[in-house]
Amino acid sequence: MSATAIHDDHHDHGPSKGLMRWVTTTNHKDIGTLYLITALVMFLVGGVMALIIRAELFEPGMQFVDPMFFNSMTTLHALIMVFGAVMPAFAGLANWMIPMMIGAPDMALPRLNNWSYWLLPFAAVMLLSTLFMDGGAAAAGWTLYPPLVLQTGAALPFTIFTIHLLGLSSIMAAINIIVTILNMRAPGMTLMKMPLFVWTWLITAFLLIAIMPVFAGAVTMLLTDKFFGTSFFNAAGGGDPVLYQHLFWFFGHPEVYVLILPSFGIISQIIPTFSRKPLFGYSSMVYATASIGFLSFIVWAHHQYTVGMPVEGELYFTYATMLIAVPTGVKVFNWISTMWKGAISFETPMLWALAFVVLFTMGGFTGLMMSISPADLQYHDTYFIVAHFHYVLVPGAVFAILAGVYYWLPKWTGRMYDERLGQLHFWLTTISVNVCFFPQHFLGLAGMPRRIPDYALQFAEFNAWSSVGAFVFGFSQLIFCYVLIKCIRGDGEVATSEVWEGAHEHGLEWNLPSPAPYHTWETPPHIN
Amino acid sequence: MNRFKSLIPFVGLLGLKNAYADYTVNLTEGVTELSRDIHDLHMLIFWICVGIGVIVYGLLVYSLINHRKSKGVVPATFHENTKLEVLWTVIPFLILLGMAVPATKVMIKAYDTSGADMTIKVTGYQWKWRYEYLDEGVSFFSTLDAKSNLARQLGSEVKPETVENYLLNVDHPLVIPVGKKIRFLFTGADVIHSWWVPDLGWKKDTIPGFITDAWAKVEKPGIYRGQCTELCGRDHGFMPIVVIAKTEADYNLWLAEQKKGSDSAASVDVSSESAQVQKVESSVPSQTLHDDSDKSQLMERGKAVYEANCLSCHQASGEGISGLFPAIRNSAVVNGPVADHIHLILNGKPPLMASFKSVLTPDDVAAVVTYQRNALGNNTGDVVHAGDVKELTK
Repeated sequence: MSATAIHDDHHDHGPSKGLMRWVTTTNHKDIGTLYLITALVMFLVGGVMALIIRAELFEPGMQFVDPMFFNSMTTLHALIMVFGAVMPAFAGLANWMIPMMIGAPDMALPRLNNWSYWLLPFAAVMLLSTLFMDGGAAAAGWTLYPPLVLQTGAALPFTIFTIHLLGLSSIMAAINIIVTILNMRAPGMTLMKMPLFVWTWLITAFLLIAIMPVFAGAVTMLLTDKFFGTSFFNAAGGGDPVLYQHLFWFFGHPEVYVLILPSFGIISQIIPTFSRKPLFGYSSMVYATASIGFLSFIVWAHHQYTVGMPVEGELYFTYATMLIAVPTGVKVFNWISTMWKGAISFETPMLWALAFVVLFTMGGFTGLMMSISPADLQYHDTYFIVAHFHYVLVPGAVFAILAGVYYWLPKWTGRMYDERLGQLHFWLTTISVNVCFFPQHFLGLAGMPRRIPDYALQFAEFNAWSSVGAFVFGFSQLIFCYVLIKCIRGDGEVATSEVWEGAHEHGLEWNLPSPAPYHTWETPPHIN
Repeated sequence: MNRFKSLIPFVGLLGLKNAYADYTVNLTEGVTELSRDIHDLHMLIFWICVGIGVIVYGLLVYSLINHRKSKGVVPATFHENTKLEVLWTVIPFLILLGMAVPATKVMIKAYDTSGADMTIKVTGYQWKWRYEYLDEGVSFFSTLDAKSNLARQLGSEVKPETVENYLLNVDHPLVIPVGKKIRFLFTGADVIHSWWVPDLGWKKDTIPGFITDAWAKVEKPGIYRGQCTELCGRDHGFMPIVVIAKTEADYNLWLAEQKKGSDSAASVDVSSESAQVQKVESSVPSQTLHDDSDKSQLMERGKAVYEANCLSCHQASGEGISGLFPAIRNSAVVNGPVADHIHLILNGKPPLMASFKSVLTPDDVAAVVTYQRNALGNNTGDVVHAGDVKELTK
């Protein structure tokens, strides 16, 4: 175990060399790197699936794929982006940053950490292998609603086991994060002094532990319905197909906050740094995050306004859902107040953060519109919804991850990224993401249902726009890959320990050398 | 909103086709009181969001312009303001209250299916709709029109641009009277579907084993189109809905005509645009088919039945899709005993093969069995008649 020496490339300093270092590692930075690389690979795989979808939708008529394969693509695109790209990316950032931010030498449970990562690639490979199975991959949408999902061929049990593995991995990661945050903080680092990224992950981890077992249970019931003669979701046997939807969305709604709360955390780290001003309303940020976490458990059936719930149910879920706008609004106001009278500069991480604030708010507005149940009788399952959740997940979650990677990359690699390429990546992505998703609002309102491989002629223009945007968006990410490779290879300006002007006031991580040594905070810092 | 139409030249610049049908960018007002209420609610929330957006984005942009480092500003150090924070928690809450009141009113109205003048039961099938006029004893199936069906096949020679109302036209539209409160009952035969006609203002899921309901009172005669909005398998995108609202007199005429015709083969001749398409699919009226009809007639009818009912899964080539939909070509059932073949079509085979007992007439079953046994790579020489089918259903 070497001490905290500074070296150009921390990859050379694992306890073992070569491949086994990565297989057996218990180091939070190694595991963080593994998570992040996996997330990037899966982001590209899921992206290729999105481009297959957008290629088919470029023009009316069926040009490239069978409708069944199209449905498999929409299903796998979602599952891979949610469970393979965004969640592992957050887990990667948590692994890298939480110990460094709270002054801990590593995660509390390093071997569990290794296991929770190593389940992931096998789960991902199993999910992708279903594409080659008899009957094709699952094609019932990522929500896997019965009875449709029970019509899946050989892929069904493999898809369900994949979800079990991913759930296991997430729960272990969540336990690890909670234990680390609650037990490993440096002296003086009280809960209400923790960086917002740590707070948002703490709440996210509790959400994960609460919801993943519900999802695992629901899909297990699918499994027994299919293979062991139960009738949980079969009306002919006394069951109810809508019961699955309640179980799924009891998982699914908090799940979408699992995808966004850590984003809030990242943005709350970046905006103060580049505004050269402390975060506005720290404690209200914490309370707002906790409120959103709580509300996420009591609003699930707003995904089911059209299943024929009693009107009292519809109204309850309408009111509860509308309430989420309050803490979310508080966050946006706090970010703007943080910038107010600051000294703002526009490096790449800040650009992503600003785009996040603007575009996530747009997704928030459409979310508010959809919370109104009578209006949702029109919006439900149309492209309006597709536009909404892509606005909160792409310029929302994905932009926050990109912001975080640009922000901390110099700390990880010891090199500044190429600012010119970073900004090019930002502008191409931001423009194309809007060309891709903004017209989808119009499509939905004009009457285009989601999850269809072909459409009526009046939807042609906006679909063509959307496809052009999607392809530019997809290929722009190759710039990101190039920027990463350049930094990792040690090509670029050497980063200082502070990296960003005045950053040492904005977090413990900026008081460590760049690149961060293999072991950090072996002697905990003392926080006043 | 018309200014969005000025986008068209840009589409042209991109080298894309701009000869498509007229498009819109906003929710329709629809043709019922309820749909207008929903539209108004939608616009109300939209403008509230625009208002909030102007303030929030305005402040953001002001700050980005005036509070930047390059202007040499010295950053302030404030980081909380309790008054302000309470204010921007309370004001949004009040705005939400203001939105909740009209939302509640409209939702209660949408759920009030009482006092209906008539009831229509809608059943979602993979991938067609069945409409039953419960008080009249009239019922029929409604499937994608033949021309769209041809054009939407992978690599089809028929261009979608040449098909009128591509993917939004059916063989047998639902016909309703204007000015009557109609209660719709929904259920699913196989999986969950969702019945959506934007002009009526809502959609409702059709859930197997359960009944849901909704209502509409259409104000003006016209043709209103919609689609299935719950993913329901391979041809989810290809089961449109067409509702034709007629004056009461015209509706009664139509109804009388339906009652004269046979039950499930009800043929509707309602609009010139759909009429010519309809002819393609049921070109042979059921009355002219007798048990002694010749093989070529059976084959012709069987081909039409196959294309409307079987092709989605078993494919135009009859080769099916490996692992999901078995091939018709060289199938053991199709080349085995006739009775087993008929039995499979009548009763289906869970979970994927639907029962066609209530979907096809004995004539249709006989024709499609004959067709399958003598086409798609099979050549048994068998000719099956409606009598053979009736024998088995006794």
